Amino acid sequence: MFRIARELKQIGVLGINRRNAEYTLWYNPRKYYPLVDDKLATKDLAQKAGIKVPELYAVVEFAGQVGGLHQRLDRYADFVIKPAHGSGGEGILVIAGRTGGRYRTVGGQLLEKEDLNHHLFNLLSGLYSLSGQPDVAIVEYRVRVAPVFEAISFQGVPDIRIIVFLGVPVMAMVRLPTRMSQGKANLHQGAIGAGVDMATGHTLHAVWKNLIVSEHPDTSQGVAGVEIPGWRDLLELAASACGLTGLGYVGVDIVLDKEKGPLILEMNARPGLNIQIANRAGLLARLEKVKQNIERLTSLSDRVAFSREQFAAPA
Amino acid sequence: MSKRQLYLLAIILAALGLMVFAYKVFWLKFPLSPQERSYVWNVEAMLKFSARGGAVKVSLAIPTSTRQFAIMDEQFVSRAYGVNTVEEEGGRRAVWSIRKAQDIQTVYYRVVVLRSPRDPAPARIKPPPLPPHRFGGAGLEAAKSLLATVHARSADLDTLVGQLFERLNNPRPGTNLPLLLGRKPTKAKKVELAVRLLSLADVPARSVHGLHLAGELRRAPLLHWIEVFDGKAWRCFDPQSGQPKRPADFLVWWRGTSPLVKADGADRTRVVFSVTHNLEASLTAAVMGTKQTRTQWLRFSLFSLPVSTQHVYRVLLLLPVGAFILIILRNLVGISTIGTFMPVLIALSFRETRLWGGITLFCLVVALGLAARLYMERLKLLVVPRLAAVLIVVVFVMAALSVLSHQLGFHTGLSVALFPMVILTMTIERLSIVWEERGPAQALKQAAGSLLAAALAYLVMNIDEIGHLVFVFPELILLLLAATLILGRYSGYRLLELRRFKVLAAEKN
Repeated sequence: MFRIARELKQIGVLGINRRNAEYTLWYNPRKYYPLVDDKLATKDLAQKAGIKVPELYAVVEFAGQVGGLHQRLDRYADFVIKPAHGSGGEGILVIAGRTGGRYRTVGGQLLEKEDLNHHLFNLLSGLYSLSGQPDVAIVEYRVRVAPVFEAISFQGVPDIRIIVFLGVPVMAMVRLPTRMSQGKANLHQGAIGAGVDMATGHTLHAVWKNLIVSEHPDTSQGVAGVEIPGWRDLLELAASACGLTGLGYVGVDIVLDKEKGPLILEMNARPGLNIQIANRAGLLARLEKVKQNIERLTSLSDRVAFSREQFAAPA
Repeated sequence: MSKRQLYLLAIILAALGLMVFAYKVFWLKFPLSPQERSYVWNVEAMLKFSARGGAVKVSLAIPTSTRQFAIMDEQFVSRAYGVNTVEEEGGRRAVWSIRKAQDIQTVYYRVVVLRSPRDPAPARIKPPPLPPHRFGGAGLEAAKSLLATVHARSADLDTLVGQLFERLNNPRPGTNLPLLLGRKPTKAKKVELAVRLLSLADVPARSVHGLHLAGELRRAPLLHWIEVFDGKAWRCFDPQSGQPKRPADFLVWWRGTSPLVKADGADRTRVVFSVTHNLEASLTAAVMGTKQTRTQWLRFSLFSLPVSTQHVYRVLLLLPVGAFILIILRNLVGISTIGTFMPVLIALSFRETRLWGGITLFCLVVALGLAARLYMERLKLLVVPRLAAVLIVVVFVMAALSVLSHQLGFHTGLSVALFPMVILTMTIERLSIVWEERGPAQALKQAAGSLLAAALAYLVMNIDEIGHLVFVFPELILLLLAATLILGRYSGYRLLELRRFKVLAAEKN
């Protein structure tokens, strides 16, 4: 037992206690949390800084607005409903189209208007929000899967999670939805996590549940060695988005849209630690390296270059 | 810098706690372990009778302050009755009277007695008058004959009483005894006969009736002893063995031949005694009884509070202990629970139901509530009404389980009043969401984690010594606070994380 602990420490694996005690509590001042916990605020912030986000269709704040929503959404063929304060991908409803008078989810399930309303009422009353507080529903553009990921995702849209520390991207992974995760890109719901080579943007190993996998369980396509297009731009996007929030240790979630390119989906002030398993590398070692060199990394391009040079996957 | 500050603060807190603790242990001599012997007792006599419809007057023998037991407080509880106490030969009596009453009536007499820490030596008194023996005719002859046999086999007072009770308790009593005792000899009757026989032998004696104060007794039996005057003082004899023995913790209720209850205008009288410890008051008496009674410190201790408030703090002061267990389980081991401190509250309620009863109850209520909640998912209710509906179901399930367990003769089901129903409702709600979103396996895992945490917290909080220590030495909680602060900066791996990241360690080799 102590042997495992010692080995993990040597590799530089970050545990929850250390993440909280030495990173999130230390580098993420509480007052900036609302900026990332409220997806509406994040969207606003990013847009003002000229960073692209999925287009906002509607916001539902009160139960009274639920009835009128259907009419407002008439002109959109598809959309996504999500709680502004949701966590872990809970409470997200993806509508891919309409069949007759009913809504069709991305999974092919047909929903009556009442079903949609019920979901909204639950959402508004805070069922999915972090602390059970009354919440706000966001209705936004449904991202289309970019061609590069089409073969290795099931139903939903994969996202790219990049951990940024003090403006330096330190680790990344691609989260691929599966049948098990019902199209959602959350690892604990059964999505695949694939580590990414910070230098080149090639995917490395992939983890599904606790298994190391080389191909997507639903599409049987290989998940390692896929090149993510425009990797350098993605790193810069993540680094600059992190700078907007005032937080030092952030997980930035980016999606690649077929037409609109990279969009910032959300940011997370307490990003999970499974990314280490997907990359088979410890975060702590990389974070320490950033701490030592942060003085001289003054510009955005410096920081991205540092990341690509230092955190390249071993050949 | 901030870490040094933290350690400094922790050291100061711990030192402060230890200093006060040491002062109380070594200087004030507070007891370090729970008292074996209780000093203060609550005794209740419930008197039931059936009134005939007219004026009713019932009287009940009640105890008097003695050198062994001092009466601290007494209450006469009844509805619409006039109450007064009268002194009479052998003790006091409480008299309840009313102009008109019907059906079954209940009145209560409650008394709080303080036991003196030392058994007082029997007081020397002048010889009491000899009570009349009231034998006559054939009875007198039988008594004389019995006494002659007993007298012949004895040498002194001790052996005389010993022989007498041996005869009285003999399973084959011969011819004289049934004549004197009647057909169904009870212990009380035997003691009464012994008093009369001794009186015939010119030895003053009297019967003593009382309760043995030990443990918690819902139905404490009334015991009968005999006191014999040995020329200097009264001495107590055990009617069972006939040995001279002073019963320990024996509360004398009354002496002499008068009955426990006298009733006019009522019949079918019944008296039930119950005896309970008064832990807090006992401890207060023990602490105050030490020589530092006048120490100013005690004025600012928990012992200065009313006993009922002390009882509340006895429970409340266990909360930090439970919370500390939770820190260990969550941050050092990595067990996930539903709600941060929900397990501590569940653990508190286990105090009422005992462990297995509590676990069974928790599982049953949560399972049934969850079933109701998962069904309600289909009804598409709004959140607040849905929560309220689950709460109602939980209360119903609880009531039903209580009735059922009572019928089956279990007693754990009855003491659920403290079971935190609202907390259970929230637990069910959280569980059902986890169930829907992440599947039953995850939900069961979290429920099991919470239950495990609750059980562990209960086991630790239920250790008598721990309860005693935090109550008598609340400053020890400062030590707990210091440890909590230090653990607050613990940044090592959690036990379960080692398993989670094991693949990474394996990779390296």
